[in-house]
Amino acid sequence: MLTEKMVELKHRLLEDAALVEDMIAKSTKGLLEKNVALLQEVINTEEPKVNDYDRAIEKMCVELIAQFEPVARDLRLVVMIIKMNKDLERMADHAVNICESGVFLLSNPILGSYDDLRLMGENAVKMLKDSINAFVNEDVHLAQLVCNRDNIVDNTGDKILKDLIEVMRGKKDAIPRSLQLMRIAHNFERIADLSTNIAEEVIYIVEGRDIKHHQADNPLR
Amino acid sequence: MHTMIETHQLNFFYGSFHGLIDINLAVAQYQITALIGPSGCGKSTLLRTFNRMNDLIENVRVTGRVFIDGVDIYTPQTDLVNLRKKVGMVFQRPNPFALSVAENILFSVKIHKTAPASQYEAILEESLRAVDLWEALKDKLHRSALQLSLEQQQRLCIARLLPVKPDILLMDEPCSALDPMSTAHIEELMRMLKVNYTILIVTHNMQQAARVSDFAAFLYLGELIEFGSTEKMFTVPKDRRTEEYLTGKFG
Repeated sequence: MLTEKMVELKHRLLEDAALVEDMIAKSTKGLLEKNVALLQEVINTEEPKVNDYDRAIEKMCVELIAQFEPVARDLRLVVMIIKMNKDLERMADHAVNICESGVFLLSNPILGSYDDLRLMGENAVKMLKDSINAFVNEDVHLAQLVCNRDNIVDNTGDKILKDLIEVMRGKKDAIPRSLQLMRIAHNFERIADLSTNIAEEVIYIVEGRDIKHHQADNPLR
Repeated sequence: MHTMIETHQLNFFYGSFHGLIDINLAVAQYQITALIGPSGCGKSTLLRTFNRMNDLIENVRVTGRVFIDGVDIYTPQTDLVNLRKKVGMVFQRPNPFALSVAENILFSVKIHKTAPASQYEAILEESLRAVDLWEALKDKLHRSALQLSLEQQQRLCIARLLPVKPDILLMDEPCSALDPMSTAHIEELMRMLKVNYTILIVTHNMQQAARVSDFAAFLYLGELIEFGSTEKMFTVPKDRRTEEYLTGKFG
């Protein structure tokens, strides 16, 4: 009975993750392909669905804990799914932020190249995809790779920030657009951070090892 | 933490059946230690080696050593009466004597003559207060213990151990006959008592072990498979067999 409930719970989380992955991909695609309808779809149609998943998954977890009082690996799995569910819900919010900024940018003249943003978006989606694959296959090695990759997205974000500061220094009328581009970069960074959280949660489920905040290296542990 | 009970290569045989196999265990003072495992794994047998209750069974043999507060209790010099005063035991079903509440509490004091009659009142109050029964029973001390509720009877059985000043309380499924509310009360009592006593509990209720104990020992087929902090065992058990037992894959 518990096993069946766990399978159902995992299945529901994977559906949620697929939806969030799609939202992030569309937020980048909509901006780069100047497709406002795609951005609006993320904001108006997909985000409410993620909220529904959030509520449903949380309810399933609470019921499962109340009915089955899971321990050991089962407990780790349920508690981490609660956290992953929250991570996904936050990612969906970040995707919406990106889309809102995208809608603004598309109604204004383009400001420079969006190559770095494309790169950030692709990396953020890949990190989420890999963290979810690590969850499905209980692949600790892949989860560790996701954690290690976080700084690539951060570095691209730093570069975008630096470039935009230069643009704003020279062009005052570019400030509103630059701020929106910064907002997009910041939201991609947060998506990458949350993918890292999921990867860390996978490692805890599989090995019971807590690597958050470099716990594994902490001699006080 | 001071070690209150220590076993070295403890083996136990019922006739040809090898009930406990090379048990090495150190139980910390003033902590609650839970012994868990499937039926027949040896947890009650292990509990009963600590006050030599198994001696009452025919055809048993013990090898290895058991130290209580540093003293080997399996030597010919061991005074069993003193040992059982030092190591008290509570059983599954409350088993008060068919006497009054007061007589139950004072039974061991009178038998062992550990205190003069002038101290009886103080002993009664102190023992009943320790198990949170004083307020409920102070005016009913001469009522038969058998008229009490099951929870009160179990509390009384714990209180009955206290006048002879034990160091260790052994509890063999002390809540198995109680309803959930009474179980919660006894668990709360255990937490209160651990300030002054070292407690070992055998339980089939995994959640009880998780709630109440500081340390847990998992036994399987007579072997001690895993021993450590309860929090660790119930979140990240080290041994696959512990994991499978806790998650209901067997047992």
